[in-house]
Amino acid sequence: MVSLCRNDGLGSAIHILAPGRADLPYSAAFGHLGRAGTGLCAFQGAWFFEALVALPLVLPPTVLGFYLLTAFSRDAPFGAFWASVFGSGLNFTFTGILLASLVANLPFAIQPIQRAFESIPANLREAAWCSGLSPWQTLWQIELPLVWPGLLSAFALTFAHTLGEFGVVLMVGGSIDAETRTLAIAIYDRMQAFDEAAAAMMSAVLLSVSFITIGVVYGLAGRRRRVHG
Amino acid sequence: MAELSLQLAQPGPIPLQAEFACRSGELLALVGPSGSGKTTLLRAIAGLYQPAAGVIHCGEECWFDAQRKHSLRPQQRRVGIVFQDYALFPHLSARDNIAIPLRHLPKPTQAHRAEEWLARVKLEGLGGRFPHQLSGGQRQRVALARALAREPEVLLLDEPFSAVDQVTRRRLQRELALLRQQIAIPIVLVTHDLTEAAALADTMCVLHNGTTLQSGPPEALFRRPASSAVARLLDRHNLYRATLRHYQGRYCLEWGRFLLEVSAEVQAQLGGYRVGDKLEWYLPPSDIVLHRRERPSNGERENPVAAMVSEVVALGGMTSVALRVAHGDMLRFEVGTHAARRNQLAPGAMVKVSLLASGIHVMGPVANEVSTPPGVYET
Repeated sequence: MVSLCRNDGLGSAIHILAPGRADLPYSAAFGHLGRAGTGLCAFQGAWFFEALVALPLVLPPTVLGFYLLTAFSRDAPFGAFWASVFGSGLNFTFTGILLASLVANLPFAIQPIQRAFESIPANLREAAWCSGLSPWQTLWQIELPLVWPGLLSAFALTFAHTLGEFGVVLMVGGSIDAETRTLAIAIYDRMQAFDEAAAAMMSAVLLSVSFITIGVVYGLAGRRRRVHG
Repeated sequence: MAELSLQLAQPGPIPLQAEFACRSGELLALVGPSGSGKTTLLRAIAGLYQPAAGVIHCGEECWFDAQRKHSLRPQQRRVGIVFQDYALFPHLSARDNIAIPLRHLPKPTQAHRAEEWLARVKLEGLGGRFPHQLSGGQRQRVALARALAREPEVLLLDEPFSAVDQVTRRRLQRELALLRQQIAIPIVLVTHDLTEAAALADTMCVLHNGTTLQSGPPEALFRRPASSAVARLLDRHNLYRATLRHYQGRYCLEWGRFLLEVSAEVQAQLGGYRVGDKLEWYLPPSDIVLHRRERPSNGERENPVAAMVSEVVALGGMTSVALRVAHGDMLRFEVGTHAARRNQLAPGAMVKVSLLASGIHVMGPVANEVSTPPGVYET
């Protein structure tokens, strides 16, 4: 029986969870930008940016992984810039898979956040402005309290989706023990090694986390429907 | 006295050619069919929309001047606005909704003021309820209290009574009329309900395709519309064409086979036209007097006209009557249902009416056909 200790167990699981957590602030920032982009999308070419952000939804993970691998390379401008600032490259590192997961899962965060902000009637913002609230005060006091279930759903779904990320992570990170091997990859590896017990245990962990996450999302949505009719 | 004055123009995308002023304590009703630009003007006053050209002043302060590229933000304009669907913040209680414009005050004062406003709009004890727990009328009151809590320099009401039932609407209109006596600021009311505008407004401003066609007291507009377009927008019937004649030293209107006398005031006005000119004229329904069959009176000598009853519709205590004169025009007016019965008004019957000279209003030479369809108002 393969142990779930240092290499494949909780230690890795914590690593695996990390990308999900790291998405949170980014999701908020990009979601808000996305809202600004689509809410005020009067400018020409807004479709291009929207399509670019949504691209990972339809792109095969290996293709996305390939381009990220290329972009993260020290020979590419982005990879070189990263190495010059932080002193190390991105490919086959935990930071690399974190960033790759972020890019791959961005649309899962942005779209629900966008929808949540778009669902606020425009005249609520205008009523807030005419009540003397600045745009920032309107965001904090009116908009965010109205969209927080949407934000939470977005974060939870992104987090859950990040846990299962396979193709992109494998391409960018390889499967290095205690560094870039995620739970999803570990399950695959265990199955390849006929270690069904370890695969079953890790699958059960992923199943539980995913179910709890989606349950929380649906629970919040139901509560919101009851409160706001 | 703070006065709100507005002069806006732009060719598109929403065409505007609007001008009006509203004094402190005055209620100005912007009326016009859907899409006539009423709400756009209101939004421009609030700073939520910036037209291409024009100025908006409130008292001494310039809120908007397109030429100088000067526009105060909505937060700086001190307007209270009640939106058509009230736009209450759904996650805040009625009390907290009202407290939003009071944020500059210390917390205890905010709560105290919010309670005061709740009391003023007769919502004591309901401050803790959320918008979805309030009726339409109660939501409207919260929206009004929130608008007034800001101590605005101008109050803007965008169809505030359209989302409530008839009984609540009458009650809220009465409350607004009472509230007006306590707040001395310009109030601009947008409505497509002419009865509401006539009942509440000091001044009515008729708007069509973004252009202000005529402003004035409601009674003056209803009796003296500036053009047939205004008359149609105000749902006026009895619009006719006549030829100007000079007969026995006086001007008169040749209408079919009738020569109609006009008032001294209109006599003076007609001096500006040439005999033979085709003129448009209007007669308010109240200036059509039905002759009693059994008891003629002196008034019957004034512009007597014989006509055939075309339509009689009893609507409760009043009966709407349409008469067709020999040359085809229709005269529409209302009489008490009892009077209609006494005079045996029935389709096909011949009756006589007098068209009171004092009511005849000449609007001017026949213009090109105006594209305003009749009956554009929702009722």
